[in-house]
Amino acid sequence: MDIKAGLLKGDKRAAARLITLAENGDEEAVRIIRECYHLTGKARIIGITGPPGAGKSTVTDRLAKLLRMQDKKVSIIAVDPTSPFTGGAILGDRVRMNDLSTDPGVFIRSMGTRGALGGLSKAAHDAVRILDIFGSDYIFIETVGVGQSEVDIVKLADTVVMVMVPGLGDDIQAIKAGIMEIGDVFSVNKSDREGAERTAVELEMMLDFNKSSDFRPEVINIVARDNQNVDKLLEAIEKHWEYLCTKSNYQDRKRNSIHTEIISLINQYIITSIQKNNHSNLIQSMVEKVLKKELDPYSAAIEILQSVPIITTVQHDN
Amino acid sequence: MDRPIRVVVAKPGLDGHDRGAKVVARALRDAGMEVIYTGLRQTPEQIVEAVIQEDADCLAMSILSGAHNHLFPKVVNMLKERGVEDVLVVGGGVIPEDDIPGLLEAGIAAIFTPGTPTSLTIDFITQNIKK
Repeated sequence: MDIKAGLLKGDKRAAARLITLAENGDEEAVRIIRECYHLTGKARIIGITGPPGAGKSTVTDRLAKLLRMQDKKVSIIAVDPTSPFTGGAILGDRVRMNDLSTDPGVFIRSMGTRGALGGLSKAAHDAVRILDIFGSDYIFIETVGVGQSEVDIVKLADTVVMVMVPGLGDDIQAIKAGIMEIGDVFSVNKSDREGAERTAVELEMMLDFNKSSDFRPEVINIVARDNQNVDKLLEAIEKHWEYLCTKSNYQDRKRNSIHTEIISLINQYIITSIQKNNHSNLIQSMVEKVLKKELDPYSAAIEILQSVPIITTVQHDN
Repeated sequence: MDRPIRVVVAKPGLDGHDRGAKVVARALRDAGMEVIYTGLRQTPEQIVEAVIQEDADCLAMSILSGAHNHLFPKVVNMLKERGVEDVLVVGGGVIPEDDIPGLLEAGIAAIFTPGTPTSLTIDFITQNIKK
């Protein structure tokens, strides 16, 4: 299978295979993404995050269906946790999206976190890029169920939708630092349940208090299961996009995310070159020295870095 | 390559008994596989799409409704029509002994009936994936 040609034609099998290669750290994936990088930037990237069981998959499913009615091509990346003990995972987000899966204009991919801790998978960035090249108009990324600090989605998405539910805690939870700070749109799902109004009011108060941005996120009460108010949620997402487009914020946001990515690639290349060139003996000898207190770990790390010729050892097939 | 095996677990047909499928999914997870669980009452079309989009190494289907002679071969044929030949297909559920040879003939690599130790299923998948 010619993966690159297939991807450019919008072939789902090619996109699927390329995401697998990216997940497995195959250099072929990096090569193809590099060659097609100039084609990226066309898709709108929407992050869906929130606590476990809040209804992220159902909300994503309903939003995707609305966009399909406008004939938009939609891709969904759904991330679920990988077991830290066995490396296995149950990826169950498709269960809520079954009737989307046969729609020719929809692509759904489940990913395990594979050790990443920020609520996304290691290859989520690559997968977004691949689905952008593939020709998606909208790419949804559903994070794992988050607790309080898994905020990686903010570096990847244009708009972050925070899916909350009633009854998870009092207003102190709402003013804590962390994930509550990253939402561009807030939705209170399952709002036919008791306490929904109160949750919404607490969110509104938290947002009123935040003066750091001139964009005031909206809070939308929805019942995703029954399709109640999901259209209002989509409107709020579009409003945030309009805001991004009129301000310099969008460029700033992109600039920040490119900066973060380059730094993280540098980190990754350094680690890879140390591992590839079998510096384990050197590292081992440093471990022994530190153990005997002949050296401290800070100096050991610097010594290792000084002895590794990083640039020449990184695979760079230009 | 050291990578997790990806398995789509699906329940085609109309029975609502997914306990077996969930037990198998859990066992495969504990064996270090990435299990894409698709839930109840899947059409063959939905299963084939899931296998393609998830780039699965293996498809494991479970049926307890008696429709296995119809649905298992249908999914296998639809995969072939879409040019997907490198996915290992296995089946499970309450399937009479007499039906098994026909299903194997139709391209299901193995049938696991109730009472099969999960370790047998795990070993079979690990040893027979085609990618």
